[in-house]
Amino acid sequence: MLDLSRFSRQLLFQPIGENGQKKIRAKHVLIIGAGALGTASAESLVRAGIGELTIVDRDYVEWSNLQRQLLFSESDAQNRTPKAIAAKSRLSLLNSDVKINAHVMDASVTELEQLIPSVDLIMDATDNFDTRLVINDLSQKHHVPWIYGACVGSYGISFTIIPEETPCLNCLLETVPLGGATCDTVGIISPAVQMVVAYQVAEALKILVDDYDALSGKLVSFDIWKNERVALSVAKVKKETCLSCGPNRSYPYLSYQAQTKTAVLCGRDTVQIRPSINMDRDLDSLSDILAKSFDGKMAKNPYLLSFDTGEHRLVIFKDGRVLIHGTKDITEAKTIYHKYLG
Amino acid sequence: MNLLVNGDKVEVPDSIETMAQLIKYYQLDKKVLIVEHNLTILNKEQHQYSHISDGDKIEIVNFVGGG
Repeated sequence: MLDLSRFSRQLLFQPIGENGQKKIRAKHVLIIGAGALGTASAESLVRAGIGELTIVDRDYVEWSNLQRQLLFSESDAQNRTPKAIAAKSRLSLLNSDVKINAHVMDASVTELEQLIPSVDLIMDATDNFDTRLVINDLSQKHHVPWIYGACVGSYGISFTIIPEETPCLNCLLETVPLGGATCDTVGIISPAVQMVVAYQVAEALKILVDDYDALSGKLVSFDIWKNERVALSVAKVKKETCLSCGPNRSYPYLSYQAQTKTAVLCGRDTVQIRPSINMDRDLDSLSDILAKSFDGKMAKNPYLLSFDTGEHRLVIFKDGRVLIHGTKDITEAKTIYHKYLG
Repeated sequence: MNLLVNGDKVEVPDSIETMAQLIKYYQLDKKVLIVEHNLTILNKEQHQYSHISDGDKIEIVNFVGGG
């Protein structure tokens, strides 16, 4: 018999109660990403008493993570511990009844296709739209709800996607956002993270106790520094023609063509990353963003922008391709790519 | 011209006539947005035809990717 006493304050909360607590205990949540959003979500859900948590991340802990990524310590940064592993060891101390699966891997279609069918809910804690659109298609394919969350600077955004009910991410985004601000270019403050996580975890608890009527149904965004908050009813944005959730769906982001392609360039200590869609990068605004945020050597011509971080050199082509010099490791190259280019 | 943008009263130049011009004024024209104009959500093609008048209520949500 499970001892519920540690959850007494959550049991007193009427919309959860003992019945809700048992439902939470029976659920398996997948968190994709163990950065700022992922660690905070994981801590809340593990403390709330979910039955099983699977957490996926391809990166390791760095000193610059400690300002906002809750589960990590200085020794994790010192040892470059993989984030999923460091998260698991801390989470096990918070609630040892939760079964925690930690995967140190790149969350692409193949990996996620194996994980998603057996979970009840997906929490988005990624740092890029490529992965989010894959999550979005798999959520529709396997009828698993997911909660979009993202933040940069003092700004955050969240939306809960319930298959067959709400619009999906592909309905909301008419085009895939490219480049622009990332946490590594314009920074991020912890309260913006915590606010997004508060929205995501509140929605998660409603789903885990089957209180679907309580879901917000709104696309929420805020700027906690400028004191702005917007909540838009987007139900009408659901598109019949959507290829991810409409009647003639083809799950476009699961196809080989749609995936970001990577290739190690033989003998050059270089990885090429080619984004999933054809694009025309705005090299002028990109060089402005990079120059404002980093000390690095930059060189530009009409066809490409070269940026030397000291350890690696990124060569960003107008057609979207990026060469990352100074590594042969595809996972590391992808991490660098998303860090600087979003 | 006075508008209510994301809940704040703001004054913008009278030369701004359309939603597309307002988005450009805020330097959001290269971002992926959802825009609501007087409680109606616009799709992207409507931005250049949607006429803005004094007192309009506008909400702009910008999709970001960080996490």
